Amino acid sequence: MEFVYNLEHVSKTYKNDGKEFEALKDINLSVKEGEIFGIIGMSGAGKSTLVRTLNRLEEVTSGTVEFYGQDLAKLNAKDLRNVRHSISMIFQGFNLLQQRTVIENVEQPLRIAGKSKKERKEIARQMLKVVGLEEKENVFPARLSGGQRQRVAIARALAADPKVLLCDEATSALDPKMTGEILELLKKINEERKLTIVIITHEMAVVEKICDRVAIIDDGYLAEVGEVKQLFSDPQSAAAKKLVFPANPFDPSDPEGRLIRIVFDGLKASEPFIANLVETTGQKVNILSANTKSVGGIGYGQMVLELPREKKDQEIVVDFFRKNGLAISEVR
Amino acid sequence: MSDYIVEAIQKGILETLEMTFFSALIAYLIGLPLGVILYATSKGRLLENTAVNGVLGTIVNVLRSLPFLILLVLLIPFTRLVTGSSIGTVASIVPLTVGAIPIVARMVESSLYEVQPGIIEAATAMGASPLYIIVHFILPEATPSLLQGAAINIATVLGYSAMAGVIGGGGLGAIALQYGYYRYQKDVLWTTVALLVVMVMLIQGSGTLLAKKNRKA
Repeated sequence: MEFVYNLEHVSKTYKNDGKEFEALKDINLSVKEGEIFGIIGMSGAGKSTLVRTLNRLEEVTSGTVEFYGQDLAKLNAKDLRNVRHSISMIFQGFNLLQQRTVIENVEQPLRIAGKSKKERKEIARQMLKVVGLEEKENVFPARLSGGQRQRVAIARALAADPKVLLCDEATSALDPKMTGEILELLKKINEERKLTIVIITHEMAVVEKICDRVAIIDDGYLAEVGEVKQLFSDPQSAAAKKLVFPANPFDPSDPEGRLIRIVFDGLKASEPFIANLVETTGQKVNILSANTKSVGGIGYGQMVLELPREKKDQEIVVDFFRKNGLAISEVR
Repeated sequence: MSDYIVEAIQKGILETLEMTFFSALIAYLIGLPLGVILYATSKGRLLENTAVNGVLGTIVNVLRSLPFLILLVLLIPFTRLVTGSSIGTVASIVPLTVGAIPIVARMVESSLYEVQPGIIEAATAMGASPLYIIVHFILPEATPSLLQGAAINIATVLGYSAMAGVIGGGGLGAIALQYGYYRYQKDVLWTTVALLVVMVMLIQGSGTLLAKKNRKA
């Protein structure tokens, strides 16, 4: 397995009016060839800065960003421009030329690469077909919907025949339906063209839907990195827990009561284990929050439960869940 | 109005158009690249260069702060050097051009600032060079705004051309001054004023129309 990116001790400090701001702090991570790698974090966590170090739109203050083993910081201006031909990027605001037609937009990277007019048109048409917009080649972007504009941007990104596609909040300006369509398109491109994709987002739904691995950025630090499935069933860091488990909407009936969180995955999500608990042990629990989601086709769920008051009864409930193979963590 | 005045006005219209056209043309040939340089070398832009931006910015500001009438007088020796004369239509083109260049440059600069930073970021990410980005991304995106600015600039040059009449330039301004002001011929004065107003409106109107037709968003 080859690494597309290898980041070691990447830090970025901005200096503004004598004040220093650390956007990235000692980030270490690798992106594997062919995977969809998510980078998630709250706004202001530093993820946008991080993705911009991947094509050197941002210079790192210290550490190295290696693209296929090549340290990006060591490239001169001309070599950097050449490397950028194989790193495409799409944006939240699409960033299409408003004064140019759809096909002229898609041709841009090919023009930059010095391709002939005939070749440009041919490739651009192919790419528009990939994103399903071959009918719109002579339309101006202003006449397209947000989802269609992002498709044009994807076609433009693919035209350069890149080795990796960087997506900076590519679906954040779109409604849920369009978001779904764009994510499906990205997944299809990833599978059919074996294109490595790096996705920056603040939406957990995006990560759930298409990412293979994910890095969680919190306040400039890399809080956690790993398989998406692993993250959902067993988040380690506080930042990951916050993203995976939403805040409790209800207060427990007993302010001093013991709260636990059970997390279940795969087949267990289809078992009526609360009913089973009542039937076999006679113990009752209070459900404070519950939700399920599908990650890569597998159901994941979590519940926050308030346990009975008696210590003895609490142990019976916990034992029951443990025996049934559910992951338990103490909330309070 | 007597026949010779009507004839003078007809000639004046042509002279005014001639002065305006050539002054604006030359001013754009110099002012457009100057505006691009001012934009590209400013802080945080593609070719940030404080020294170049500082020097050019200062020259532009000084020229722009001089009242045009003063500039006309100051430039007389330079005009004579370039055209061999300091009076007449051709001689008026020199100070008009010099006066228009800084206005054009600043107008171009401000049009370019309107281009979304995201477009430049996208172009940079594609591996385009700064020059390529300016020619193929920034200028096309700014075209409607540049056309709108051009209409304003040409109308300004037309207004200035009337002032050239004071130091012996031709055109409607000279007629208004000679017949209307020195000889108290109010009808001539008002006719020339009306003609100038119509010309400015035509320029502004066609510029706005052209910009609108070009604006795709």
